[in-house]
Amino acid sequence: MVSDVTDFASLAPAYPEMLLAIGAIVLLLVGVVINKERSTLVSMLAIGLLVVVAALVLLQPADGVLFNGVFIADGFARYMKVLVLGGSAFALMLALPHAEENGTHKFEYSILVLLATLGMMTMVSANDLMSLYIGIELQSLALYVLAAIKRDDPRATEAGLKYFVLGALSSGMLLYGASLIYGFTGHTNLQQIVIAIANDGRSVGLVFGVVFLLAGVAFKISAVPFHMWTPDVYEGAPTPVTAFFATAPKVAAMALLVRLVIDTFEPISHDWQQIIVFLSLASMVLAAFAAIGQRSIKRLIAYSSIGHVGFALVGLSSGTQGGVEGVAIYMAIYITMTVGLFACLLSLRNSNGYVENIDDLAGLAKARPFVAAIMAILMFSLIGMPPLAGFFAKWHVFLAAIEAQLFVLAVVGVLASAVSAFYYLRVVKVMYFDEPTSEFAAVPNELNVIMAVSGFLLVTYYFTVGGSLASAARVAAGSLF
Amino acid sequence: MGLGIGLGHYLTVAAILFTLGVFGIFINRKNVIVILMSVELILLAVNLNFVAFSAQLGDLQGQIFALLILTVAAAEAAIGLAILVIFYRNRGSIAVEDVNMMKG
Repeated sequence: MVSDVTDFASLAPAYPEMLLAIGAIVLLLVGVVINKERSTLVSMLAIGLLVVVAALVLLQPADGVLFNGVFIADGFARYMKVLVLGGSAFALMLALPHAEENGTHKFEYSILVLLATLGMMTMVSANDLMSLYIGIELQSLALYVLAAIKRDDPRATEAGLKYFVLGALSSGMLLYGASLIYGFTGHTNLQQIVIAIANDGRSVGLVFGVVFLLAGVAFKISAVPFHMWTPDVYEGAPTPVTAFFATAPKVAAMALLVRLVIDTFEPISHDWQQIIVFLSLASMVLAAFAAIGQRSIKRLIAYSSIGHVGFALVGLSSGTQGGVEGVAIYMAIYITMTVGLFACLLSLRNSNGYVENIDDLAGLAKARPFVAAIMAILMFSLIGMPPLAGFFAKWHVFLAAIEAQLFVLAVVGVLASAVSAFYYLRVVKVMYFDEPTSEFAAVPNELNVIMAVSGFLLVTYYFTVGGSLASAARVAAGSLF
Repeated sequence: MGLGIGLGHYLTVAAILFTLGVFGIFINRKNVIVILMSVELILLAVNLNFVAFSAQLGDLQGQIFALLILTVAAAEAAIGLAILVIFYRNRGSIAVEDVNMMKG
């Protein structure tokens, strides 16, 4: 399907991306013209832009393949783009209070988040190995800078350096895989690759290519054994930046992985299934045990996010429509929980600045009962306690695995979930039953709102948003089959 | 392809370059600049692969992909060096063994 680039109306499926790109450049100009040390205006405009783009994605039902087949807009892309945009908008909101201390007060912060988001939208809509690579790099290059945005902090710069080195390595592996796939199928377009694989069958070179490509993507979603950068980067980067890393980029990379394995490598499903099952098992088990020994809250969240990627991959392993639906629901609930968790974390300040260690949370229930209650709800939801949202997320993916006869995966998943309850409950215990050791500062209003919304959604998930989220996910998954 | 040099030779050289690059990142204990060079080596191996396949298949897409990788690699190197500069400013060293404030 070749479209005429000069015909503006035919570009309708790419309007959201175009608006975001132009908006980011305009905001860059605004930031330069205002030229102030602290720029709340640019942050607010950036949040507004993300909301407008998300509305455009929702209201713009035009599907299609554009730009000589490198760009695809379908129901799945639309669902994932809304999640990505929402995650980015909340990450910008989380960065507003105490911005000077976090290094996020510079207007470049918002611009970089916007450009990273544009990269993620390109990843979600990638229909060619080239657009896939460009999307990943646009996202990653912005994220490397964000990790090190607090230039005078040795830990942030170290996080940036580690993220850069391992991210560049993962891009290299992804590209090496892409080159082998191109060589053994003769195409870079994902839809033509499916046809080529279906006609010619699998070759060893192609399987090597798929392994390298999936390894590169596994780095981006931080699945074990490609997770080693995650705890260090999460700990070192300023907390609002960590909140961004833990939400939108994971969703985008997961969407990319789903499209690759479900759509492109469908004819060799037996090969990729082994890889995804291994990644899933390793992520769930390692994260559950490695998180137990952590003292820093941010490292705990890092291992927790590795574990949740493992749970989401359980759904993908099944390779069925129900499994993809499970992944879509899981990512939406994961974003809600993570945003809420970071809102709690950013609101906890004692005389030494931000609370970093789990032990510093002692007595939070007496000093700040609201924050402690929300945090307890979040912890129970992360464990997967019914009737909280986290339970339904896991229920969908495990159900898909059982229907696909992956019993071992489902059993190990439930056991890993039980082990992970230990470290989540330890946080609750420290908050509610330990004696206070420090005073906590007042909570900024915008964080209170985010916490309240996230807590409300998690508690009432089944009665309020659950049904509409599930049907949206069904439509999204349906467009891939 | 004259002189009996075929696709297999190009792929072998690229595979060796790629392996050297990966080992350069993991075994190197001296200097972060060497890591940046290893990353470039990996990307060049990929480019070699793409161009060799492109010539073999008689298809231009591989060469276009190689050009894209060249430009993105330049941007990546610029950002890597910028992060390295601020790291040096904070720590006064770019030795790999000094990148150790957080252990994971």
